[in-house]
Amino acid sequence: MYAQMIKSEGGKDPSEMTPEEVRFQARIDAGEKIEPKDWMPEGYRKTLIRQIGQHAHSEIVGQLPEGNWITRAPTLERKAILLAKVQDEAGHGLYLYCAAETLGVSRDDLTEQLLSGRMKYSSIFNYPTLTWADVGAVGWLVDGAAIMNQVPLQRTSYGPYSRAMIRICKEESFHQRQGFDIMMKMAQGTPEQKRMAQDALNRFWYPSLMMFGPSDAESVHSAQNMAWKIKINTNDELRQKFVDQTVPQAEYLGLTVPDPDLKWNEERGHYDFSEPDWTEFFDVLNGNGPCNNERMEARQEAWADGQWVRDGLMAHAAKKRARKMAAE
Amino acid sequence: MSNEWPLWEVFIRGQHGMSHRHVGSLHAPDAEMAIKNARDVYTRRNEGVSIWVVEAANIAASSPTEKGPLYDPSRSKVYRHPTFFDIPDEVGAM
Repeated sequence: MYAQMIKSEGGKDPSEMTPEEVRFQARIDAGEKIEPKDWMPEGYRKTLIRQIGQHAHSEIVGQLPEGNWITRAPTLERKAILLAKVQDEAGHGLYLYCAAETLGVSRDDLTEQLLSGRMKYSSIFNYPTLTWADVGAVGWLVDGAAIMNQVPLQRTSYGPYSRAMIRICKEESFHQRQGFDIMMKMAQGTPEQKRMAQDALNRFWYPSLMMFGPSDAESVHSAQNMAWKIKINTNDELRQKFVDQTVPQAEYLGLTVPDPDLKWNEERGHYDFSEPDWTEFFDVLNGNGPCNNERMEARQEAWADGQWVRDGLMAHAAKKRARKMAAE
Repeated sequence: MSNEWPLWEVFIRGQHGMSHRHVGSLHAPDAEMAIKNARDVYTRRNEGVSIWVVEAANIAASSPTEKGPLYDPSRSKVYRHPTFFDIPDEVGAM
C-alpha cells in the first residue's frame, strides 16, 4: 500500500494498560474520532506519524513516474489530464503532511526524513514508466490498489487523517478512470498498441499486488494498528478484493493477467491467484529497485534547488512586514 | 532547515450564502502566498467562491479537558429548545 509494513509502537495487553489507555481504547471502540489536542498514547502518535508520513511521501514521489510522460503525452488533451492528475497527487501529499503535522512533527522534519532515507515511500514508485501504456496501467492498477486501502481508511480513528482520506477518495476515482480510459484506447487500437497495453499489464501486475504488503494475518503490529483503527483490513483481504475487482476489467480490455494459476474459485467466491515474489519486494524496499536512486535523487535535487525560493520568499515577507510596521 | 514557512489554516466559502468552513492547512511565507496556494491546494474542482487564511499560531482554541465546564451547563437547560413546550393541536402551527 502507500504505507507499507508499518511497525506499531503499541501492542499492550489490556491488563497492562493504564486507566488513560483503557479510556482511549474505549473511545476508539465506540467509534469516536481522536482529535489533535486529545490525550493519546505515545505509541499511537508515533505509529500514525510513521504511517501518514509514508503515505504523504508516496503521493509526492508518486508524481515522478507519471511526470515522466507529461511532455510526451500523445495529445494535448491527454497532457492536460495527466497534468491535472499529477497536480492532484501533490495536493494529496499536502493534505497528508498537514494531517501528520497535527501530531507534532514539522514539515521540514518529515522532508528531511524522506531525503535521508529514514522514512520510506511505497515500493511501487521504484518501477519505471517505459511507455505511454504504463501511464494507463499506473492509473488503472496502482491508483486502483490505493483506492482499496483508502476507502476504508476514511473511517480511521484519527480525525485529521480521516478528513484527508475523505478529500483524497473524492479525487482518486478520476485517477483510476483516466488510467482505464488510456488502457481501453490502447487495447482497442492497433496490434502494436495492444501489445504495449499487454506489456504494461505484465510489468505492473505483480508490483501492484506487492503494494498491499506481505500477509499480515499473524502480525502483532497489524493487530495493534487494527485495534487503534489506523488499519482497517488485513493486507490479504485488500489484495483479494483488488484481484476480484481487477480481473474482470482486464478481461473487458481483452488483456491477459500474467498469472497462469489465476482461476475463479466457485467455492470461495473469489479468484485464486499467485503471490508476488516477496524477495523482490524486500529488495525494492531496501533500495535496490530499478528506480530507487533516481527517485531519491530527484527529490533531493528538487529540495536543494528550491532552497533559494523558500529563503527568498521568507526574506521578502519579513521585509514587507517591517515596511508595514515602519509606516504605522 | 530551520527557516520553515509558517503554517496557515484555510477556510473556504463553498457557495454564496454559506459560511466559510475550515478545510485544512498549508505552509506559505505570507498571507498573499497562502491564498494563492490555498486556491491550488483546496479549490481545484470549484470547491469555493471565497478563501480566508489565518496563521495557525494566531488561533486560540479551547482545550479538550475543559469540555465539562464549558458544555455541560447547557445540557440541563432543555427549555431552550422549542420542543420543550407542548402547544395544543388546535392552536395550529407555531
